[in-house]
Amino acid sequence: MTGKTTENFNSNYLNYIKSQDPPTQHFKNCLSAFGVGGLICCIGQFIRFMLEYIGLSGDELAGTTSVVLIFLGCLLTGLGVYDRIGRYAGAGSIVPITGFANSVTSPAIEFKTEGWIYGMAAKMFTVAGAIVVFGVFSGVIVGLIYYFI
Amino acid sequence: MKKGNTVFFKNKPCIESFSAVCGSKEKEGIIGQYADIALDDDMYGESTYEKAECKMLTTAILQCIEKRGMTEKDVDVLISGDLLNQIISASFAARDYDIPFLGVYSACSTMSESIMLGAMLVNAGYVKRAVAATGSHFASAERQYRYPLELGCTRPPQSQWTVTGAGSCMIGKSGKIKIVSATMGKVCDFGVTDVNNMGAAMAPAAADSIMQHLKDTGTQSDDYDMILTGDLGALGSRIVKDLCWEKGFDISKVHVDCGEIIYKVVENEFQGGSGAGCSATVLNSYVLTKMQAGLYKRILFAATGALLSTVSSGQGESIPCISHVVEMEL
Repeated sequence: MTGKTTENFNSNYLNYIKSQDPPTQHFKNCLSAFGVGGLICCIGQFIRFMLEYIGLSGDELAGTTSVVLIFLGCLLTGLGVYDRIGRYAGAGSIVPITGFANSVTSPAIEFKTEGWIYGMAAKMFTVAGAIVVFGVFSGVIVGLIYYFI
Repeated sequence: MKKGNTVFFKNKPCIESFSAVCGSKEKEGIIGQYADIALDDDMYGESTYEKAECKMLTTAILQCIEKRGMTEKDVDVLISGDLLNQIISASFAARDYDIPFLGVYSACSTMSESIMLGAMLVNAGYVKRAVAATGSHFASAERQYRYPLELGCTRPPQSQWTVTGAGSCMIGKSGKIKIVSATMGKVCDFGVTDVNNMGAAMAPAAADSIMQHLKDTGTQSDDYDMILTGDLGALGSRIVKDLCWEKGFDISKVHVDCGEIIYKVVENEFQGGSGAGCSATVLNSYVLTKMQAGLYKRILFAATGALLSTVSSGQGESIPCISHVVEMEL
């Protein structure tokens, strides 16, 4: 009964373990993602208001807000806080720009021990690389659709 | 003597001494007070987690030899392995000792495989004393198999937590705990591809080896005080009991899983502990201490291992698993 050859037993077993799986708590996960994601956006908006108050406007204002949020994301990652937020919030903390900052900073910290060039710099985008590739790709597609319509 | 896949040791090799080192999270759990060294700092004063893992293994081996009042000269062979690529922790730990080294890899079942090989060598009279050791570290395993530590992602409810710890034991000719027989496991693959569900992948291998052992020795599960599996976790434990029950072996009364008992599951451990260090620390602290005190008289130790790599799982291969069984009695 060592497996692979008995295809029928395999599918029986796979069905059986599916029935034993502990359920993912979708509702609770959605709720915490919504709460934390919303909170991050509110903080972003607050930063925006503050920057507007000290006299920034237009592109400058949007750019500076993002920079401040990215900085906060990196700082919290370095302090070992962001992964704890992420475990609780899931998509709520991955989707905002702070999540992107986290996905770049965390491998940078992790692989620093393998050297600055082949470790930190080369492996910095192991997680974020996929985000960049598909982000650019979908940007091009949407841009083309927009151009022709 | 061999019957089926089981080897019977006529000369009764014994566990002469044992030792375990565990991390800070494990300290809170059941093994905290039984481990020789329980760390407060998972870095163990080193600069990287890999070095910390290696140091834990080195310390466990040294403790084991010293507890017996011996030096490295008295040990004829060191059998060890770990989870990292090219078993670096074990090889680097062996670098510190003037002992011949046999590196083995059997993922999380390395402990039972190395005890079995050690017992075979001692029984045959090729060596007087062998030390079997293994360990794992949460951070180094996480980096190799999963994501960077600080990445803010959620863990699925089937997942387990790699144990930070190392254990070792010395196999020789005199001692209270005797190694009676051992069953060499076969690789089982039931087509599970989910790397987060190791319990389900490994359960068939554990069930296969345990049932093979019971058949070969002609014993019942009730003859044992404990059937100890390695790191199936809560989910895998349910599955292995079901699989054995289906074939007419009821192990539910005596089955205990190291992964299931090692943590007080409060945070993100979900199904419990995993990793080579899981069975190594639980066996070499809690279980053998209790056994030496006479609480358990006869146990089966069946550590389970998932023989996958990040490459194989990335290419969509299913997870082949193995389990070796060692029977010990007073």
